[in-house]
Amino acid sequence: MSAKTLKVKSKTENLSPIRDFISSAALDLNIPKDIIENIILAVDEACTNIIKHAYKYSPDGEILIKVKPSTSKFVVSIVDNGISFEPETIPEPDLQKYYRQRKVGGLGIYLMRSLMDSVKYISKPGKYNEVLLTKNIKVAKTNAG
Amino acid sequence: MAEFSTSIKDQGDVSIINLKGYLDAHTAPILENNFVDLIDKNRFQIVVGFKDLAYISSAGLGVFMAYIEKIRDSRGDIKLAGMSDKVYNIFDLLGFPLLYEIFKSEDEAIQKFTESK
Repeated sequence: MSAKTLKVKSKTENLSPIRDFISSAALDLNIPKDIIENIILAVDEACTNIIKHAYKYSPDGEILIKVKPSTSKFVVSIVDNGISFEPETIPEPDLQKYYRQRKVGGLGIYLMRSLMDSVKYISKPGKYNEVLLTKNIKVAKTNAG
Repeated sequence: MAEFSTSIKDQGDVSIINLKGYLDAHTAPILENNFVDLIDKNRFQIVVGFKDLAYISSAGLGVFMAYIEKIRDSRGDIKLAGMSDKVYNIFDLLGFPLLYEIFKSEDEAIQKFTESK
């Protein structure tokens, strides 16, 4: 189970190739389809946040995505060199409040936390930011094993 | 590149936006423009058909939040119809069923507008 890497520019048009990359890496491991879909959405949300907040829609930033599978976990590391942020400062979304204030945002982080088993942020201000998304998986054993 | 497209048709006072493909941060502006156009034309009774929508991220969900208040203030509504289980689950996770009426079929959603006249 080797790690796979994808490096893309911080453009929303790259969300589609990012999703395809995650899909093919997960399919190689026979992960159930519904779990793959959840991982894809969580990675999309993380990358959308990077494009929007870390790079403020500047298209020249880089996003490095690494998939590190093991027998019990599917870990996706997403690294950027944009502006750091503190996820603890983002409150859980209150949809009723959004409705009243016409404010949209924070939904992505909530989805990531709901869909993955763990979401970790590592921030080295001025150097890099890393999001680690982990999904616990059971890899089907082959008969030969 | 993932494809996303919309088609709009009018049925009486109700406008129906049908979504197709992948709705994410890249494609959400297409749907935003649809809402802006309908609001400009004073068409506030809107059904959104999800039958052919394969994927939605929070950027897509945000579009519905952005225009709902204005539309309801104008005595209209956005009603959602024809979602796959996969898409419904994402709406459900974020509590959208409390704020929006979601119907199995487009016809039921249109009917609801007609009934409430």
